[in-house]
Amino acid sequence: MMGSHMTFPAETPPLATPETPLLRVEGLGKFYGARIGCADVCFDLFPGEVLGIVGESGSGKSTLLSCLAGFLEADAGRVLYRGRDIRAMAEPERRMLSRTEWAFVHQNPRDGLRMGVSAGGNVGERLMAVGARNYGSIRDTATDWLGRVEIAPERIDDRPRQFSGGMQQRLQIARNLVTGPRLVFMDEPTGGLDVSVQARLLDLLRGLVRDMGLSVIIVTHDLAVARLLADRLMVMKDGHVIEQGLTDQVLDDPQAAYTQLLVSSVLQV
Amino acid sequence: MIDIENLSKSFTLHNQGGAVIPVMAGAQMHVARGECVALTGASGAGKSTLMRMIYGNYLAASGVIRVGGLDVVRAAPREIIALRRETLGYVSQFLRVVPRVPTRTVVAEPLLALGRPQAEAFARAEDLLRRLNIPERLWSLSPTTFSGGEQQRVNIARGFAHDYPALLLDEPTASLDAANRAVVLDLIADAKARGAAIVGIFHDEAARALVCDREIDVTGFTPARVA
Repeated sequence: MMGSHMTFPAETPPLATPETPLLRVEGLGKFYGARIGCADVCFDLFPGEVLGIVGESGSGKSTLLSCLAGFLEADAGRVLYRGRDIRAMAEPERRMLSRTEWAFVHQNPRDGLRMGVSAGGNVGERLMAVGARNYGSIRDTATDWLGRVEIAPERIDDRPRQFSGGMQQRLQIARNLVTGPRLVFMDEPTGGLDVSVQARLLDLLRGLVRDMGLSVIIVTHDLAVARLLADRLMVMKDGHVIEQGLTDQVLDDPQAAYTQLLVSSVLQV
Repeated sequence: MIDIENLSKSFTLHNQGGAVIPVMAGAQMHVARGECVALTGASGAGKSTLMRMIYGNYLAASGVIRVGGLDVVRAAPREIIALRRETLGYVSQFLRVVPRVPTRTVVAEPLLALGRPQAEAFARAEDLLRRLNIPERLWSLSPTTFSGGEQQRVNIARGFAHDYPALLLDEPTASLDAANRAVVLDLIADAKARGAAIVGIFHDEAARALVCDREIDVTGFTPARVA
């Protein structure tokens, strides 16, 4: 039903393969006057990979995520998505990308949902934004997605404000993933949720990442969440990436002084 | 299958005055397909450190660790991820899982990650859980609430779900009763018979004698200065 609307413009290079990165970031920087938001950030993200960005508040991890997702204008460097520089892209094209191939899950579901629109409407809206018009099939797809994020079908006409925090977060995920994106940005997706609700969400996210082959960049200050979700970790401090590598290696054998401090400061449970 | 040359490792404790602790130097070992090699040496001699380095969990300072053709010391993270998915399995002493995931799925996960059909992955998981005497009524529950022995058996089932060409086993028979210990020794023997190269730590000397072809005392890899 949606196939023709969901493809990226034809002139773009072929799909990323396991051998070529989906996203390549080169020397990315953002400055607030003399203050560094983030600087000299370089990494590749391959299809199906989950990259965790960890650091304390003020480390630049959210600034970096906003620059990558196009919410903030970077001041230096390049962000190549499937070989094309996002910073050089025209605004309508970038907006189309963020509706089709990209998704963004906010920490606060209210930032990613329309609170006055029903649950089904929230999911259907993103479908309609990419051209879906058939009401019946939009509703069917929305119902299917509510099920996939474990929201009962009879809640389809309820508004998000009638949902618990965990349900709102799951609804935001359904709204984001319904168009089958390739790259998902997540900003503290489990922040502010009870531990038991977090676990359910982590389990759900892991299943979706595996089944849909998603590439994910997830910002979190929670090292336990990073360990369970991320394949690779990037540690940030004062706007700079100070260490990166395989998640369990960075956490179990940290090399930088700051990472050692960060890891050793976590209470063991 | 697993070839280690001139491997060294030190820890730098930046938050404790920058102390540099050399823990390994000149480590060397070769494990062929179908062979099981036991790491021995006193507690603290570096058995687990060596095993973690082979898995890419600890960084090496220098040297070569070749597993199925990939040099783990120099490999990019995603190459190590692929190695762990396809080639190199690891049964650690402790189960680490996402809470709430049912035991059956926990065990089937290595196969699901390889893209195997769910029915096939679940059938294999159930077969292993049955062999390891995990009662069927527990399969749909998360193993996080299980006893230590049950968790260990779930961990072993998960580690043997995929037929890895190379396997690392950290105390696979510790805290198991005689019946389950025998099942695990059978699993190890089966893995050897199909050509897996295995490196293990076994405090259980009888088990070591039964499944291991050779022993390597890691005390020989202790750097001279701290020996």
